Amino acid sequence: MIDRHTLVALLAASLLLLALPSHAALRVLACEPEWGALAQELGGNLVEVSVATSALQDPHQIQARPSLIARARNADLVVCTGAELEIGWLPVLLQQSANARVQAGQPGNFAAADFVPKLDVPGRLDRSQGDVHAAGNPHIQTDPRNIGLVAAALAARLQQIDPAHAGEYARRHADFAQRWQQAIARWTALAAPLKGAAVVSQHKAFVYLYDWLGLKEVAVLEPKPGVEPSASHLQAVLATLKGAPARMVLYAAYQDPRPAEWLSKNGGMAAVKLAFTVGGTEAAKDLFGLFDDMLARLLAVGEKG
Amino acid sequence: MQSLLRASLVLALAAPVAARADLASDSRSDLTPDSTTSSRADLDALRAEIKALRGAYEARLQALEQRLQAAEATAAMRFPAAASTAVVPAATAPSVAPAPVSPAASSAGGAGAFNPAISLILSGLYTRTSRDPADYAIRGFQLPAGAEAGPGTRGFSLAESELGFAASIDPWLRGAASIAMHPDDTLSVEEAYIQTTSLGNGLALKAGRFFSGVGYLNPQHAHTWDFVDNPLAYQALLGTQYDDDGVQLTWLAPTDRYLELGVELGRGRSFPGSDTSRNGAGMAALTAHSGGDIGSSQSWRAGLSLLRAKASDQALSAAGAAGDTLTSRFTGTTRVWVADAVWKWAPEGNATRTSLKLQAEYLRSTRNGSLVVDGANSDGGGDYRAVQSGWYLQGVYQFMPRWRVGLRTERLNSGTPHYGLEAAMFADGGARPRKQSLMVDFNPSEFSRLRLQVARDQSREGSADNQLFLQYQMSLGAHGAHGY
Repeated sequence: MIDRHTLVALLAASLLLLALPSHAALRVLACEPEWGALAQELGGNLVEVSVATSALQDPHQIQARPSLIARARNADLVVCTGAELEIGWLPVLLQQSANARVQAGQPGNFAAADFVPKLDVPGRLDRSQGDVHAAGNPHIQTDPRNIGLVAAALAARLQQIDPAHAGEYARRHADFAQRWQQAIARWTALAAPLKGAAVVSQHKAFVYLYDWLGLKEVAVLEPKPGVEPSASHLQAVLATLKGAPARMVLYAAYQDPRPAEWLSKNGGMAAVKLAFTVGGTEAAKDLFGLFDDMLARLLAVGEKG
Repeated sequence: MQSLLRASLVLALAAPVAARADLASDSRSDLTPDSTTSSRADLDALRAEIKALRGAYEARLQALEQRLQAAEATAAMRFPAAASTAVVPAATAPSVAPAPVSPAASSAGGAGAFNPAISLILSGLYTRTSRDPADYAIRGFQLPAGAEAGPGTRGFSLAESELGFAASIDPWLRGAASIAMHPDDTLSVEEAYIQTTSLGNGLALKAGRFFSGVGYLNPQHAHTWDFVDNPLAYQALLGTQYDDDGVQLTWLAPTDRYLELGVELGRGRSFPGSDTSRNGAGMAALTAHSGGDIGSSQSWRAGLSLLRAKASDQALSAAGAAGDTLTSRFTGTTRVWVADAVWKWAPEGNATRTSLKLQAEYLRSTRNGSLVVDGANSDGGGDYRAVQSGWYLQGVYQFMPRWRVGLRTERLNSGTPHYGLEAAMFADGGARPRKQSLMVDFNPSEFSRLRLQVARDQSREGSADNQLFLQYQMSLGAHGAHGY
């Protein structure tokens, strides 16, 4: 029979063990895979990155699951898109995490969209317009130039939070920035034949990609942002495309392919699945692979037309 | 407009100078009445002076305008960075392009910028029942007078509409309040609490009025329920939803597995407690919840909670053995154990197309104390002990985007109270009320929901009550993120 004092001591000891920080690396919780990949590029083995969502999940619609609360509680830095993309789950996640370091306004709370010029900023805020975001379109990661801007800001933030390794973060960022600039130059040259191509998108998820490559969005399958495409709306889109045909219809890996495939079949244009973020397709293993793969898929159908 | 403003400003400034000049010329002409030539020269000089003044003021105004424009431009540049508290070292600053100021950001300035986020839940209900809800009682269970049990009123009614406010108070606290608007034109404060945001070490302290953290459904607001009504077990053992004034301390363990422990102390103002003028706490609760993921498609949470509440002279009513209403008064303590579990599935964790949610809770209440039965032949009281329990199991399946279907089954066990020889007064010692519900809901957007629910409620004596509900639930304004 264990006496009461022993039991209490054992319990206290086990609680103390639980309470001891078990990691030396900077713990980063990224809301989306692209920021997880970027944090890994910039932090290397100085950071321990965990990603809250996968490329197959709709980043608007995530639940503040217990596993995410536990990870937010232990994070030193939370890296998200911001611009209200995660409005449905991040506020409650941060609140339940009881982690002062990562609350909004703290250095441990990083919102990527704060560092890039945003497109599609609504002139009118009303939910009759669908799931609109007051700060503008939040899907900023489809333009590699935005990734470059965010990388600079994130590197600065890592140096601020972990000043002991500031030099290492600066060195890693300089290295990444150089490789990234070279890659952008290569991608831009590669994508030149796509300039001016008319495209249809399923969700307004690629405005930054279009802005970069000079693609023309002639129709959107969702009648309003975040509203599922209906049969009647698809018919209407098909009718408008009769007059001004598009070269392809694009959808993100996490989206239901059926509306795009329907339009592809009935409108006689290619349906192109884009990774949208790291992990969305087999080849999109990291940030470089993401754009290599997206461009390869666009060029595969874009060059024919 | 701008030139008009400038001209009037120059005029206003020049007027006193001109007046002084007139005065000066007057006084001078008094001294030398015949020297008109000299006064004309004076006037010319004055005109030149005024012209010079005007020129100087104009230049100064232009400089001021330029400074204002510059200040506006830098404010516009700084605003996005300020919002994100970006502390970007000077070396990297030039590479960070200033984001254009969105209309929302610029309109958020001024006194309104710090207003709390306001959300309004509008909900309406059409109810059809085969039995009159007025005589609703749960067989074998004593409910407090005025309990919110049963299907409510028949016909059209305003279901619980709710007004919510939430904001940060300062860097260390946040506050939230939700006011419920009831169909009978009354308002009630559902929640009004403050909560710490930066205690550190996973600790959070809440104070004020709030829904207790026991179980799974108890802390959830009515508009997040998957069915129109709360399960019978909550109605019979926790007064539908346990809401109290007090303090709550929660601790989130620093482990990879979610583990949250909580302790609450409260006034004990609602059933199974009762409001009295005691100094101490009338309610104490302990909660423990854990959860995690199973692969990328499944997640779960489970917990165990204990709530202890004191009641004194608590007015209760129940259906008596003779079919009449039996009123009584209870003094003593009640312990309620709640075991809860929820499991969710969505292919690859993407719940936009299909998803499944299974949820179950078991509640067990032990009441210990004394009971006085009103109007009985013997008006005396006696020691009273009752062990009662109930459970529900429900599943909600989203079979296509925007459409969900749900099924819920529930049972109660009234037990047989130990109340000396008078236990027989209570009808149905060991009653087993039961209920089955089926619902379908359609969600045009994440801000709106229409629901149809049918239920077969066998919680009363006699025939089953067949219920039909048609409900709408809409969310306006700031849409607070929902918990798991």
